[in-house]
This record gives sequence, structure tokens and C-alpha cells, in this order.
Amino acid sequence: MPDFGNVQIPVGPQHPALKEPESFLITLRGEKITAASVRMGYNHRGVEKGAEGRTYTQDIYLVERICGICSHSHGTAFIQAVEEIAGLDVPRRAKYIRMLVGELERVHSHLLWLGVAGHEIGFDTLLMYSWRDREVVMDLLAAVSGNRVHYSMNTVGGVRRDVDSALAETILKGVDRLEEQTKYYIQVCSEETTVIKRLSGVGVVTHEDALRLLVVGPTARASGVARDIRKDDPYLAYDELDFKIVTSDHCDVYGRTLVRLGELMESYSMIRQIVKNMPDGPITVKAPRKIPAGEALSRYEAPRGEDVHYVKANGTEKPERVKVRAPTLANLQAVSHMLRDNNLADMPIVIAAIDPCFSCTDRAVEIDRADSGPRDRMDWGRLRAHGIDFYRSRGVDFTELNRSLTRRMKKL
Amino acid sequence: MGAIQRIVQWSRVKSPWVIHFNSGACNGCDIEIVASLTPRYDLERFGVLLKGTPRHADVLLASGPVTRQIEDRLLRIYEQMAEPKFVVAVGTCACTGGVFQGLYNVKGGIDRILPVSAYIPGCPVTPNAIIDGVVKLLASLENPPKKASAG
Repeated sequence: MPDFGNVQIPVGPQHPALKEPESFLITLRGEKITAASVRMGYNHRGVEKGAEGRTYTQDIYLVERICGICSHSHGTAFIQAVEEIAGLDVPRRAKYIRMLVGELERVHSHLLWLGVAGHEIGFDTLLMYSWRDREVVMDLLAAVSGNRVHYSMNTVGGVRRDVDSALAETILKGVDRLEEQTKYYIQVCSEETTVIKRLSGVGVVTHEDALRLLVVGPTARASGVARDIRKDDPYLAYDELDFKIVTSDHCDVYGRTLVRLGELMESYSMIRQIVKNMPDGPITVKAPRKIPAGEALSRYEAPRGEDVHYVKANGTEKPERVKVRAPTLANLQAVSHMLRDNNLADMPIVIAAIDPCFSCTDRAVEIDRADSGPRDRMDWGRLRAHGIDFYRSRGVDFTELNRSLTRRMKKL
Repeated sequence: MGAIQRIVQWSRVKSPWVIHFNSGACNGCDIEIVASLTPRYDLERFGVLLKGTPRHADVLLASGPVTRQIEDRLLRIYEQMAEPKFVVAVGTCACTGGVFQGLYNVKGGIDRILPVSAYIPGCPVTPNAIIDGVVKLLASLENPPKKASAG
């Protein structure tokens, strides 16, 4: 076979394997990936700057919408920072309700990931099974918060809705059902040869590399790095719960699967403890509208890893600066390392294995490598002109169609 | 309408292929779109099939406000789809820009860029709403609403 040298393939921003717009430039030699680079920012909306122009209460809802999957994580991390600046003593019951929603969110996120991972390896049955069971936890979240996604449970000084005993009963029942199903998935993933063979040795990050590349969350724990903010720097009331950090020394995508499944089981036990030990009392304290000047950094273990929020207040009802470091940003650096020396066909599952959330990541990121030099690229106008000429030379002409489209647009 | 057109119309309404594109959404609507394709809601019973490329799709399910970066890409994806094509704005952000209205990198709703056939509001939209919106779109294809006379 002739050697074609290095071939560069752009993947994204629209690609069937990516549910969100993100662009990867993959360099191939034969079937093997020799290099990969990431281009971010398609999802950049400017949330951090927008947060400076809105009040703290408005910001809760804006910050939650950084990401639809870990919305409670962002909301809680932000509100913890605000409460720390204001010196508010949040009631214990509110802390427990926040933890409850946080763990339910982790369950929904990990089940979602399991399905997506199944889809990426061509195991669509697993997608359908895990998403069917995920509806159980979605129902619970809807019962607790009134919405399936974007729970909006937090308010400065506490939570907005209480959990009564009938609801607690429903939650326990739902968790029993989920635990049973998760045991089945653990059995499938640890016994099914096709799954093990497909995921083992793919996207390897060794223990040393995991420490060097500063990966976080399940990606780090699958490389044997026992790091979990819930244990290392307990927030809310996590120091009152009994749980262990799930780790694995597989260092590959298979390890990441096992860690997430193990964490599901831990979350079920935590939800039971939270419901059982839920203290009585108020769910909120009165909070001032203007937050005194000060700054705070808040860490939160989101389903994908450590989420960091920094808030600076200046004594008005609006923050002076909000900064978010989402877990995917930490893990994304490791993706090009993971992809190296893998087959092109492994690309979707390797990217999916960090459970990327680009809407979390693309808030304010500007990366410019000094050594990258000018890239030979077509700008947008040239690319379009090239496409039009390409098809016209083959007898396909969209000129008339585009004109009618423009007319349709003008009518609107 | 001739027999051939009727068959084409029938097959179009009975099996609309959709492409899902996130034009800057927070993921909330995107996971609900996937949820509506999975067993509990099962949009596939109306013949709706999710496709990977715009060239195969009849309906563009676009979620999220349009960011400046994504604008050109969204237009390009729309141009790649074969006629007749329809755009469904999924979620409040896709309809109007929603909570992201006024942020410096956000253009606003999908209808700033593309002609939209159906709006499905909600933050995020529930799968029930998505199904309702898609079924209404299909019904309107079957019995196209009479064009309002000019004037």
C-alpha cells in the first residue's frame, strides 16, 4: 500500500459522534491517530460577562444554564461562593436538600453517559436500556424540583422547595429500582466480552500522566488518582455522609466505565443516608439583596469532576466578576494525549469517555499557541465560493434556490 | 396533486428524517431531544429517525441561541439539506434567545438566521412538548394551511 503520509481530518463542529459543536483536527497516518488538536468556542455565549450585568438572583438562573446536565452543580458552586461572601449560615436542612438534588443529578448524568458510551461503541441496546431507566431518576427530579432539567432549587440563603415525607418515600422506592438495574449494568460491563474487548486499552492515561495532565473527576479516578472534592474539601454536609471514593487502575475507557458505575452505587447509598438523616428546620434564611464587598472561591464535585467558581462582590446587588472553571476544560487537555496512537474508529468513544460538556467549557476561553504559526486555512468566504464552484463544475447549481431562500428570508 | 406527488408527500410525512444541531444551547434541550427518541417517549413511532448528516435530513432540530461562532456553520448546514426542508426551533433559547438574550456573543433566536417552521418553547422543552411540536409540524405538511392572501 502506498504511504500517503500524514492526512488531516477535521471532525466537527457538526458530527454524528458529537452531540455538541466542537471541532477536532485529527492527523492520521494510515488508521492511527498521530496528533489531535481541539478548537473550542462554538458554544461560547459570554455567560461570565453577562453575569456581571445581572443581579445575584438573576445570575442563579443564568449560571444554571451554563450546562443543562450539571446545572445544579454550577448553581450550587456559584451560590456557595455568594453565601460565603455574605457570611450567611445556610440551614442544615437546605444543605441536605442541595446534596439530595446533587446526587440525583449525578445519577442522571452517569446513566446518560453510560447510554452515550454504548451508542459510541455501536451497542445501541445499552443506550435504550440505560435511558429507559434514567427516566426513573428524571421523574424523581421532576417530583423534587418541578422540572426535569434545570432544577432551580437554589436561592441565596437556602433552597426554594421542601421535601416532605411522602416524597422521601417515592425517592427511596425509585432508588431501589435504579440500584437493581445498575447491578445488571455492572454485570453486563464486567462479564460481556465484547464490551471489555472494545473498551480495554483504548484512550489510555497512565497514573503519572493523569497527575501531569491534571485530569479531574471520574477520568482521574479511573487512572488510580483518588481525588474527590466531596472527600478532600467537603462542602454542604458531605463530611456527615459515609461513602468511599471509587477508583480503578485500568487507566483506560473501560476503567472510566467501571468508575462511573461504581459511583452510581455510592450515590444510591448516599441518597438513602440523606433521606434518612434529613434534619428538621427551616429551608432558607433571609439574605440581603446587596452582597458586601469580598471574594470567594468555591469548589464542587460535579458529575464530570471538580467545578470551580470564583465570585467577586463589590457591595452592590450585582457581582463584579464571576469566573467558572468547568471540569471538561481540565479534561479536554488530556484528550489529544489519549487519542494519540489509537485507531480513528476509537475517536468517538475516547472523546465521549471524558463525558465532555462543551457548553460548560466554552464560556471564556482564548487559546493561542505561540509556536503554532500561521495555518493554511480557507476563510469562510473562500470556502463557500469553492463549494459553489465545485458543484457548478459538476452541473449542480443552487443559485436559483439560494435566491428563493433569500426571498423567503426577507418576507419574515 | 398527481399520484407521484401524493406518494412522495405520503412518504415524507410518514418518515421525516431529522438532524439535531446544537447552535449554542446549554445541553438541556439536547438531552431532552435524545430522551424523546428513547423508549419512554419513542419519537420513532411516528417514523422520525435521527440522521448524522444534513444531506439526509428533512427537518433540522436546532436548539439554543445562535452564537456568533456557530452562525456560519448553522447556515451551511441548512444549505446542505435537500429541499423541501423545515427548521424546528427547540427550546426558549432557540425561539428568542431566552436567558442568554443580550449576551455579547449571542445573536438571538434561530429565526434571526433561518426561516423557522415550528417553535417549541420551554426551558428545557419536555419530550412531550417535542413530540407535540413534531406531530403538529407533520400535520401541517399533510394539510398545508391555506396561504393568507396578500394584503
